[in-house]
Amino acid sequence: MARIIILGAGISGHTAARHLGRWVGKEHEVVVVSPRPTWNWVPSNIWVGVGEMTAEQVTRDLRPIYQRLNIAFHQAHALSIHPEGDDSHARPFVRFRYTDPARPEQIGELEYDYLINATGPKLNFAATPGLGPEAGNSVSVCTPAHATEANVRLQEQIAAMRAGAERTFVIGTGHGMATCQGAAFEYIYNVDHTLRKAGVRERARLIWLSNEYELGDFGIGGVVITRGGYVTSGKVFAESLMAERGMEWITRAHVTRLEDGRIHYELLDGSHHELPYDFAMLIPPFAGVGLQAIDRDGNDIGDQIFAPNGFMKVDADYAAKPYEAWGAADWPRTYQSPRYPNLFAVGIAFAPPHLISKPMKSPNGTPINPSAARTGMPSAAIAKAVAASIRDLLQGAPAPTHTASMAEMGAVCVASTGCNLSRGTAATMVVYPVVPDYSAYPDYGRDLRLTFGEVGLAGHWIKYLLHHAFTYQAEVRPGWALLPH
Amino acid sequence: MSIHNHGPYQQAFYSPVPTPLVTYLRTSFLWQLLRFVVLNARIIRVLARSG
Repeated sequence: MARIIILGAGISGHTAARHLGRWVGKEHEVVVVSPRPTWNWVPSNIWVGVGEMTAEQVTRDLRPIYQRLNIAFHQAHALSIHPEGDDSHARPFVRFRYTDPARPEQIGELEYDYLINATGPKLNFAATPGLGPEAGNSVSVCTPAHATEANVRLQEQIAAMRAGAERTFVIGTGHGMATCQGAAFEYIYNVDHTLRKAGVRERARLIWLSNEYELGDFGIGGVVITRGGYVTSGKVFAESLMAERGMEWITRAHVTRLEDGRIHYELLDGSHHELPYDFAMLIPPFAGVGLQAIDRDGNDIGDQIFAPNGFMKVDADYAAKPYEAWGAADWPRTYQSPRYPNLFAVGIAFAPPHLISKPMKSPNGTPINPSAARTGMPSAAIAKAVAASIRDLLQGAPAPTHTASMAEMGAVCVASTGCNLSRGTAATMVVYPVVPDYSAYPDYGRDLRLTFGEVGLAGHWIKYLLHHAFTYQAEVRPGWALLPH
Repeated sequence: MSIHNHGPYQQAFYSPVPTPLVTYLRTSFLWQLLRFVVLNARIIRVLARSG
């Protein structure tokens, strides 16, 4: 009997766990190690951030779910992986520290036959001085707790505006290399919708601040769609939505610090600016969670396993090359570590070979370009492919059998622009493939028949249904495996 | 205080904005019901292509 350990129970880790539990859970041992006791449907955190949902509505307890699948769950924070074992472990193992209240701070070790690193991102607020809820200068919607606090702060601003005050809201990215522009994009429109509902929109100045070269980049190099008889850049539609809602936008910006009610930022042209504000939601840059990798002799081999940003190297082409030489083949397909064949990384935990958007630097040498986006759908697709590969490897396959390259799959993003079942809207955006492939699609890098975008109430219905469908799926309710990931 | 930056040579002056008909259709129940079916069909097509 083999043991498969999955580090992390986010969208990617939980997807891998569910499928492995279903496919091999009766013959082999499937173990999940994750620091929080709940799974979070991250796309709905936006609605928690404006008070349309609660944290309880976007999270599910993991223990009963894993009990149903015969999966062992350790509520613990992974510390290190030891892919060669050590003096006391003949086999590879992981070391972790329990966050379980029943075993606080205890250290645990488990040997494995296969390991999936699904640890996701470290929210690197510290990369920008003054950024984030702990520093107190900006809010976040990255976690349910953060989003709950964001709504509290938002409601305080609304109360002040109802009393006659005027307020400035700044929403976007809090660092030149942040990603997840889509989440910030959703949040600014939901804040706009909430302010209009509260009757105070006229007292608010809403400003989008991001590191994108142009609006609509979203960390995927932008998108081109066919609409109204034209092939048009997503920049036009993104600006249209901002103009329609009376917002201003600042792009090509790297936030250098937040202090004393001012956001300090540098633009791509090298100029420095200050922006006074009252409420800010700025997405932090991501980094790896800080896992160590140790060889048999106790040496730190982290630089061989992880990229400098802390994400795990997999079967990608990491050779440095100019933007003009980037290609679809650079991107990983099996997500297997090139050094240890029983080690995989999925979701945000794998190291991309490079950005998707074009690298940009200011004259001061400051990189101002979005990092590569890894959204929910690709993350789940990658996790399911790796789970299927491990299932087949356990049955004797000589190599991973399933692939999920981001240059060979599409992504569906439904960005809420206002939550209401009869008056709400959302921007439904679909791209194929996620990573542009100019060899297959020379003009725009993507298949224009499968790449499209539309704003409307139908999009909100889709996002609302997806919330319920994916939480149903996460709870492994009857028929869950029939739902798409 | 809401910024109206649609004035000549201002930032939003050059951005297309929807006409009243398009704005109405975005939340028209019957039209959006049709779009719901179309969008889901197109999404399923992308999912199928993505394997």
